[in-house]
Amino acid sequence: MEEKIIKIKAFLAKFFRKHELQEDEDIFALGFVNSLFAMQLVMFLEKEFGIVIDNKDLDLNNFRTIKAIVAFVDHKLNLAS
Amino acid sequence: MEKKEEKKIKCVIWDLDNTIWIGTLLEDSRVVLREGIVEIIKTLDSRGILQSIASKNEYKMAMEKLEEFGISQYFLYPQINWQPKSASIKKIVEKINIGMDTIAFIDDQPFEREEVRHSLPDVLCLDVTVLAELLDLPEMNPRFITEDSKIRRLMYLSDLERERQEEVFTGTKEEFLATLNMVFTISPVKEGDLQRAEELTVRTHQLNTTGYTYSYEELDNFRRSKDHKLFIASLEDKFGTYGKIGLALIECRPKEWIIKLLLMSCRVMSRGVGTIMLNYIMELAKEANVHLKAEFVSTDRNRMMYITYKFAGFKEIEEDGNFIVLENNLERIQSVPEYIRLKVVD
Repeated sequence: MEEKIIKIKAFLAKFFRKHELQEDEDIFALGFVNSLFAMQLVMFLEKEFGIVIDNKDLDLNNFRTIKAIVAFVDHKLNLAS
Repeated sequence: MEKKEEKKIKCVIWDLDNTIWIGTLLEDSRVVLREGIVEIIKTLDSRGILQSIASKNEYKMAMEKLEEFGISQYFLYPQINWQPKSASIKKIVEKINIGMDTIAFIDDQPFEREEVRHSLPDVLCLDVTVLAELLDLPEMNPRFITEDSKIRRLMYLSDLERERQEEVFTGTKEEFLATLNMVFTISPVKEGDLQRAEELTVRTHQLNTTGYTYSYEELDNFRRSKDHKLFIASLEDKFGTYGKIGLALIECRPKEWIIKLLLMSCRVMSRGVGTIMLNYIMELAKEANVHLKAEFVSTDRNRMMYITYKFAGFKEIEEDGNFIVLENNLERIQSVPEYIRLKVVD
């Protein structure tokens, strides 16, 4: 859990440097969600955690906060194991 | 509506020894240009077809020779090294960010063509014997030559300069984008934009929501139709223009609007502008008090646009194989990012 949070935070920090993201802070409210960021986030999660994110998973709520992302990744990993 | 477009070549990758020039540079530096080659290179360039090099040679020596011949500026990301040519081609394709199936490779050596054909079957491999007819091949003749195609190479060159600056920039992506002073302009498609609009529907694959292609005439009808909105977008920054890089077609019914097509040129992928056009359409739909739907046809290349819709709050309401309809309740519309200025022209 901790390890995932650190990795995700490090990735997000490349985009939101001015501001240290809190685990339950709404990323989409910060005004820097463009298609490139979205794509990079999805690809980062797939590669870093070895999961496959399909269309059905692309619900905004799965990506809204660091907490939500971790929960989503855990859910995918559980399904796979 | 959809017609099968024959594959057009967007980039020609040249060998050097016994292709662009006669002779082997490493053996004898007094090589001479192949007859008529400069005219071919210049003509391709004027048609908006990009060019590069995949040659096994000493980089410095070969580049100096190209400069001496006065043609070095025509080649983007020249790969002159001892790697297999397929590796060089992959590198060029990655840099320019276009599809492998839009590449032609010209080399006099059967071995090199075979190596490329084997690892990159989508590349059109041509022998030098084709040069006499090269300019007449249908693949080398874009249907229109637009303002954008004429300056395409120069636009890529300014991209190179942007990349160089980005590499040495130490802040975040957002901070870098803010230094560019970007202006994104959205306007209704005018008559003078139609050729470029058609070209965009044919040329754009990655950042394209449905891949519907429309002819000049169809687009002209949409432009005049009361039941459609057809927008084109352009982007500029302090290095110059990116040209007309985005297109959106909306079918307007009394109670609902349907986005039939939303596309952005791959050249602006790293500029974070993909959502701006979408947000603008969402604003308009909200003002008009209509439901907003979007059609989507998924391919193996356009996932980014699906993500764009989903992250903009669209939800799937219909699915039939790779055809999807999404809807947005328009509750949350993102404002334009701070690093860019939006200009709307009527």
